[in-house]
Amino acid sequence: MRPLTPSRVLVVCAALFAVLFVAAVISLRLGAYPISVIDIVTTLFKGVIGRWDEIPSEFSSVVFDIRLPRIALGILVGASLSTAGAGFQALLRNPLADPYILGVSSGAALGAIISLVVAPHTPGAIQAAAFAGAAVTIAAVYFLGRRGGKLDSATLLLAGIVMASFLSAIIMFLMTTLSGRDLRGMAFWLMGDLATLPAVDSIWKWMAFLFGVFAIAAGAMYTTASDLNLILTGEQEARHLGVNVHRVKLVVYVAASVLTGLAVSVSGAVGYVGLLVPHVMRMMFGSDYRLLIPTSALGGAILIVLADTLARTSGSPTELPVGAMTALAGAPVFIYLMRRRVR
Amino acid sequence: MNSATGNDAPLAPPAIPIAKAAGLRLKVEQASYAYAATDRSAPKFTLGPASFEAREQEIVAILGPNASGKSTLLTLLAGLARPLSGRIEVDGAEVSLLDTRTRAQQIALVQQESELLFPLRVWEYVLQGRYPYGKRLRFESDEDCLMAGNALAQVGGDALRDRWMDQLSGGEKQRVILARALAQQPSLLLLDEPTQHLDIGGKVELLRRLRRLADEKRYTVLVVTHELNLASEFSDRIVLLHKGKCLRVGTPAEVYERALLEEVFEAPLEVETRANGRPRVILGANY
Repeated sequence: MRPLTPSRVLVVCAALFAVLFVAAVISLRLGAYPISVIDIVTTLFKGVIGRWDEIPSEFSSVVFDIRLPRIALGILVGASLSTAGAGFQALLRNPLADPYILGVSSGAALGAIISLVVAPHTPGAIQAAAFAGAAVTIAAVYFLGRRGGKLDSATLLLAGIVMASFLSAIIMFLMTTLSGRDLRGMAFWLMGDLATLPAVDSIWKWMAFLFGVFAIAAGAMYTTASDLNLILTGEQEARHLGVNVHRVKLVVYVAASVLTGLAVSVSGAVGYVGLLVPHVMRMMFGSDYRLLIPTSALGGAILIVLADTLARTSGSPTELPVGAMTALAGAPVFIYLMRRRVR
Repeated sequence: MNSATGNDAPLAPPAIPIAKAAGLRLKVEQASYAYAATDRSAPKFTLGPASFEAREQEIVAILGPNASGKSTLLTLLAGLARPLSGRIEVDGAEVSLLDTRTRAQQIALVQQESELLFPLRVWEYVLQGRYPYGKRLRFESDEDCLMAGNALAQVGGDALRDRWMDQLSGGEKQRVILARALAQQPSLLLLDEPTQHLDIGGKVELLRRLRRLADEKRYTVLVVTHELNLASEFSDRIVLLHKGKCLRVGTPAEVYERALLEEVFEAPLEVETRANGRPRVILGANY
């Protein structure tokens, strides 16, 4: 009997963090402009300690303006979606739940498409509209998914699925009104795409804001981790053991929805990560949510960074959608782990 | 089992150790409850005022047909709902006023097994019983592990420790679920139809185990069950419910009256008394 300890959580997370760092360096290394690993590491190091004038300008531009923001965005999206997926799987008591199951992504897509119709070519409008669409959907599904004033897993699931298909129908209708260029943008957005960074003054300030939102939502979910362990083995017994089930469900619902909305509004609906990564992490490290939440976040980040690197480089000069790559890279790993456990 | 019939059984009061010199553990005084779908609609189900007591080392069986209020009564005893009127006291403290943490340290609830969504090892499951003793995020201490190990040993489950929950047999799983409740170190154990998915061997084994736990570890055990004969054999006291009313409380011999049981269970029944003084119910000839 070896119970989970904080130091085990830290060791596992540190190991995954090292893998993520390696994945990020690989991603920085690959691309149209050749740059060696040594140059990458020295450029990063000098950037971190603030000696910008010693960095050759082409290195600085490739690393800090082009590749690193995209990697950071990938980390944010992957971590958000996987954490949200782990949360929804517990909340809905359903191993097939993913971050999009309750319609948050459809709401975001509708917001994005409305902004394309109403205010095309306004910088930042699509992201803001997508987030607003996600927020409205979160609220609507919440009110539809209650039973006797409390969130009920089955009712919530039905309300979310119906909401998602209803919103998808509106999206299909509106897409017929888009012009060719907007239509292509929208298609990429629906598949999930990390190529378009918003036109903001300071990409790193914007990134810090996004990671701040992630930290708050993921942190809120983490405070419920040991409660989720109990809820997963029976709601009434959890209640009897002293878990405030209603409060935990509410926190997980809001946190997971915000994380999904965050990811979708910056990258579109990247598929598969939120379903796959929590399961892979369960197979590797067990079902304890105190370990599952942080490992899912890091695992999702690793998967997206690697998948996006493939998406960027494998079909060069054309880019493939990262969503297709996540499935391509993730499914074999998933099948391998699943078969190993069955044996 | 012996095959004594009603004829050769003693007529004197059965030798059942009801009046043990042990402390009063549970006191239910005129407790009632009403359940309504919404605040304004008329109650769908009411539980009439029920009164009974249970002492240390006693096993109390709660009997009654379906929808008689057994589970509702258990919910009240577990403190998951507040009685509409009356009081329920455990070790002198009113259950509905206890904070959840203290309550979970005194009362353990074992429900019908719920399906596990994700794989879990037996020891991880048993450790969950230590939740009411934990701090923030509740990383378990060495003491928690020791207690969980003891709980598993008490149900004879040492060998199951590293098995996966979903690979256990029905009887093994029931023992592990019981071990999680024992890890709470409660004084009162509530079990909701624990014998439901067990074969007869498993049922007898579980009830023997509960009897031993009550005798040796001084637990008070309340079991909701449909098993009239096992209840008679293993319990000190019976609480008989019918249509939300507490019809009778007493020793098995006091409660198991043919006319009463026939009325409650709506079936032709016969009651015999075994050589050990415990009544036994069989299906009447004219079914």
